[in-house]
Amino acid sequence: MTKKFVLGIYDDEDVLLQAIENVRAAGTKIYDVFSPYPVHGIDDVLGIKRSRLPIVAFFCGLFGTSFALWMQIWMLGFDWPMIIGGKPHIALPSFIPVTFELTVLCAAFGMVITFFIVSRIRPTTRVNVFDKRSTDDKFVMAIEVNEGTTDISTLNNLLRSNGAIEVNEKEVIK
Amino acid sequence: MQHVSPIREPLVTGGKTYHDITEDVCRQVEAKPNARWAAAFAVALVGLAIFLYSVYRTLWYGIGEWGLNKTVGWAWDITNFVWWVGIGHAGTLISAILLLFRQKWRTSINRAAEAMTIFAVICAAMFPVLHMGRPWLAYWVLPLPNTFGSLWVNFNSPLLWDVFAISTYFSVSLVFWYIGLIPDFATIRDRATGPIARRAYTILSMNWTGSAKAWSRYETVSLILAGLATPLVLSVHTIVSMDFATSVIPGWHTTIFPPYFVAGAIFSGFAMVLTLMIITRKTFKLEDYITLEHVESMNKVIILTGSIVGIAYTTEFFIAWYSGVEYEAYAFINRATGPYWWAYWSMMTCNVITPQLFWFRKIRRSLTATFIISIFVNIGMWFERFVIIVTSLHRDYLPSSWAMFSPTSIDIGVYVGTIGLFFTLFLLFAKFFPVVNMAEVKAILKSSSEVKHNHHAHANTMHGTATDSNTNTHHSND
Repeated sequence: MTKKFVLGIYDDEDVLLQAIENVRAAGTKIYDVFSPYPVHGIDDVLGIKRSRLPIVAFFCGLFGTSFALWMQIWMLGFDWPMIIGGKPHIALPSFIPVTFELTVLCAAFGMVITFFIVSRIRPTTRVNVFDKRSTDDKFVMAIEVNEGTTDISTLNNLLRSNGAIEVNEKEVIK
Repeated sequence: MQHVSPIREPLVTGGKTYHDITEDVCRQVEAKPNARWAAAFAVALVGLAIFLYSVYRTLWYGIGEWGLNKTVGWAWDITNFVWWVGIGHAGTLISAILLLFRQKWRTSINRAAEAMTIFAVICAAMFPVLHMGRPWLAYWVLPLPNTFGSLWVNFNSPLLWDVFAISTYFSVSLVFWYIGLIPDFATIRDRATGPIARRAYTILSMNWTGSAKAWSRYETVSLILAGLATPLVLSVHTIVSMDFATSVIPGWHTTIFPPYFVAGAIFSGFAMVLTLMIITRKTFKLEDYITLEHVESMNKVIILTGSIVGIAYTTEFFIAWYSGVEYEAYAFINRATGPYWWAYWSMMTCNVITPQLFWFRKIRRSLTATFIISIFVNIGMWFERFVIIVTSLHRDYLPSSWAMFSPTSIDIGVYVGTIGLFFTLFLLFAKFFPVVNMAEVKAILKSSSEVKHNHHAHANTMHGTATDSNTNTHHSND
């Protein structure tokens, strides 16, 4: 199934931010914006909520801490107790380095894996790029066209009056 | 919006546009390898061959191929290990700590510095693994259920902490580096003309489209990873220093070791970054991105960390006397005046005196002087580890067991070989990967390029230009 999009091409981040605000104020729903680098302030004007990935990182880290402590206490304290350097079997201070490392490892990997899953970052052989210049030097605003309800020429005027240097139409296989 | 300092120099010169950045960085990825690259790669491959031969000798005939003896049981292997790990630390400092401090000058050097981290850690890991003698049993260092009576690893040992620290450091650095590479791989993918290149970079770019939502998450992930990598990098060299500090050898058993090792690591790492960057900017014509401003900033880090290292050397010496411990005092007198005095004074000259030349602005901004001093620091930091390790061991508590250490050709071969391995990896990276983080440089272009500076200089005479009005409206959003 193909979907039709109208693409407004911009070449300046400040013009783009203003355009996003005006287009949204005009009641048009923006499908997505593609940029070659993270544009500061775009989250606010697009209404993107703050990512909850730090929470994921925190709980993965907490899992790492608990797992590391449990592992060391169980292995050296209960499963095969040994006296090492006259220390108690459960010598907490010397368990801290490994606990810290596993906390960092679990937090980092838990967060990154979640990021890859939710942002669909995975090795593929085919990528749907709306406009190839969006990874080079242009900012692309994509608006989905609903057959019958969307007036393309109005949209075209709206985008152009807000600084778009080009307005294109594109069909994308979804 | 961004505040533009009238004092700070632009970080991107030459009036570059976004497209120019893409062109300048992708050029070397897309072009055929040039003669200079091919020549360097050939030399690196010779180094790699030396490495493989020395490893073959070490594994086939055993550790006896090295110059170790009963008294000096650790020498070049651990020296090289600590040296390489230390070099790696600058990459993480640039990518993580400077990100937290919002230092914009990191953007054009962080990619190559992080690559350096990863390759340096690979080289470092070779030494403890080879010193095991039977590396195929390396998995014994992991707490795996086993058939030896479920005897677990010793979690009280700093050597075991090292296993966890180095492997966590390596994997987290690799992930951090790769996430930064994804958007740039997408740029190369969208420009690729050849079918093989397009396919390869499509897979590498992991479905990246640059959507606003993905960028928002990308930034969050980068920030949290930087927050995690910062204590991680400090922990790694702290734990490396504990390999020594928790033992009772004079010259090793000191509480000053963790901060002293971390400062030394950053010091040597920045020297290596400078060595590599000065060559890379010249070879790939990146003078507009890696400017004198970048070199100067790094040289300032070198003065700071070099001075910390200098103070640490002096403190150690003072405490050896002040503690009243006879053995400790002897260890230090022996370092400075014993049979290894030349190593000690090479270390002092290279690490304490040479970096102080950077107090002169002229030297700080001279590429030739910086390059030479960076080599000196690399050498000095290698000697520092050699001095700490060998001079402490070679004369222990019993004079009857005193001995000297001299490296065999295999010792030298493994060390020179890892340099070959490092440059093989680095040159492959420099050819096939974007050496400058294009997305991040584009992100600072508006606030830190020459064009922006000129624009601001004229802003007073240009009332209400289009950009200004937008900047003002944007203000209300912040």
